[in-house]
Amino acid sequence: MSAENNIKTLIVKKPLKLDCGKTINEFPIAYETYGSLNEKKDNAILVFHALTGDQFVTGQNPITKKDGWWSYAVGPDKAIDTKKYFVICANVIGGCMGSFGPSHEDPNTGTAFGTNFPVITINDMVNAQYNLLDHFGIYKLFSIAGGSMGGMQVLQFISNFPDKAKTVIPIACTSSHSAQNIAFNELGRQAIAADSNWKDGDYSSKNTVPNKGLAVARMAAHITYLSKKGLQEKFGRKLQEREDLKFGFDADFQIESYLRYQGSVFVDRFDANSYLYITRAMDYFDLAKQYKGNLSDAFRATRAKFFIISFTSDWLYPTQENKDIVIALNSIGADVGFVEIESDKGHDSFLLDVPDFLSALKNFLDKSYTEN
Amino acid sequence: MKNEFQVIAELIEKDKKVLDVGCGDGILMEFLKNNKNTNIRGLEISKSKVQECIAKGLTVIEGNAEKDLKQFPDKSFEYVVLSQTLQAFLNPELVINELLRVGKKAIVTIPNFGYWRVRLHLLIKGTMPITKTLPDEWYNTPNIHMCSIKDFFYFAKSRNIKIFKSLAINNQDVSIINDSNLTIKNFFANLGIFLIEK
Repeated sequence: MSAENNIKTLIVKKPLKLDCGKTINEFPIAYETYGSLNEKKDNAILVFHALTGDQFVTGQNPITKKDGWWSYAVGPDKAIDTKKYFVICANVIGGCMGSFGPSHEDPNTGTAFGTNFPVITINDMVNAQYNLLDHFGIYKLFSIAGGSMGGMQVLQFISNFPDKAKTVIPIACTSSHSAQNIAFNELGRQAIAADSNWKDGDYSSKNTVPNKGLAVARMAAHITYLSKKGLQEKFGRKLQEREDLKFGFDADFQIESYLRYQGSVFVDRFDANSYLYITRAMDYFDLAKQYKGNLSDAFRATRAKFFIISFTSDWLYPTQENKDIVIALNSIGADVGFVEIESDKGHDSFLLDVPDFLSALKNFLDKSYTEN
Repeated sequence: MKNEFQVIAELIEKDKKVLDVGCGDGILMEFLKNNKNTNIRGLEISKSKVQECIAKGLTVIEGNAEKDLKQFPDKSFEYVVLSQTLQAFLNPELVINELLRVGKKAIVTIPNFGYWRVRLHLLIKGTMPITKTLPDEWYNTPNIHMCSIKDFFYFAKSRNIKIFKSLAINNQDVSIINDSNLTIKNFFANLGIFLIEK
């Protein structure tokens, strides 16, 4: 996919030393921008995407032809108003939308890296993306924002580069992946590995694709993005285009059919090895551990203004885990606001049309910008 | 802005760090931010009020004073303000202790249950008092720990809490409360404002 003309790419010349010990050189970062950078270069917002997102935040994704993953929040007059702000988003390294990842060719073998790609971390992702600031000549970002794994990158970014953002918006995230989070990711990885087409990660040279495993991984993960109440209200026990149960293993229920569909469309746009690498990066994320167990120390050097948002029905990154970040910030007297948004749309709330969330995001940004 | 907030604002010096506990829609916060250059934070339990504060550009944390004050380090604010909500807590003493731990000074205001209209209401009507500052019925009032100005005075003394200044508000009139006029102020004021420290 990296050959697509629609993908803008920055080749990073500066070597990047990864947490695993390896160093990568001359690697591509695929990115997209929306709106325009003003003369003072003080209106830039770096948005970080979640596990299966990419750089195409809003409008039509030129590769998948679907709406960008944050179309509700980003665009002209929206919460992150592209008439006002210059929005930058990069595909994470390890990803599959043009940034350096396991589907890229390994110059040593002439075939895709597969599982020979170095294991990357959230820290590596933000260090790679930092190069975009130099590329655009931005000294300080007006804001950094992201939900889920995007929120983890937000936290890591401000801890690595404390004076590079004026406002910081981690949404529906955590400072440390819980056992439950790791468990769900492991389920997905094992589903991929159990697909005989996976070939220990070397499927591209064998001309196979572990679609079934990847689809199951997506189905399992998708359940964790929704709430029980949301699922019950949307699907309940409704049957799929049939009058009665068929006494078989076809998709009798709408929820089954929905999950199968989610799995099937996902494999068209996502690479199985990238799924392994990115989930691994999330599992390795433990910001407090990087500061000898004291999360506050991750933020001690920054003067940025934080706004943390969680959702009532998010059981993947529940309010308490978001609040732990608030507590760490309060304990060092940082400037931090926090709101838990009422929503029964689960973890996915941050991607959806949740008016209270979108207005809070907009108000926070616009008010902070006028105080600039 | 209501008289109470004006009195509170006068008690707060310029350029200080202030926490407004139960900040509501942020009127006091906004005033302090604009007029006293205060570095001000709010704690508010109502989601919709938190939203209103965000829309005003105020830094507010959604939370509950009984549970969420403990995240703030000792003496991390010059002033902690608690306006007319002490009586709504399950454990007001714990909240006072927390206010005094987090703030170098605390400003606490209470609707005065010793106010003559309150007394008269109970005396004549024999039902739970309803006044301008206490508008709810007994069965739906959030105010479960009412006290009078005198009660608060005695409470502070018994806990070795220093009262720097105490003021009585009777509608538009503001006057100083001291040991000698306590009984009178407790009768005529509908609101008591205390600047305290421990």
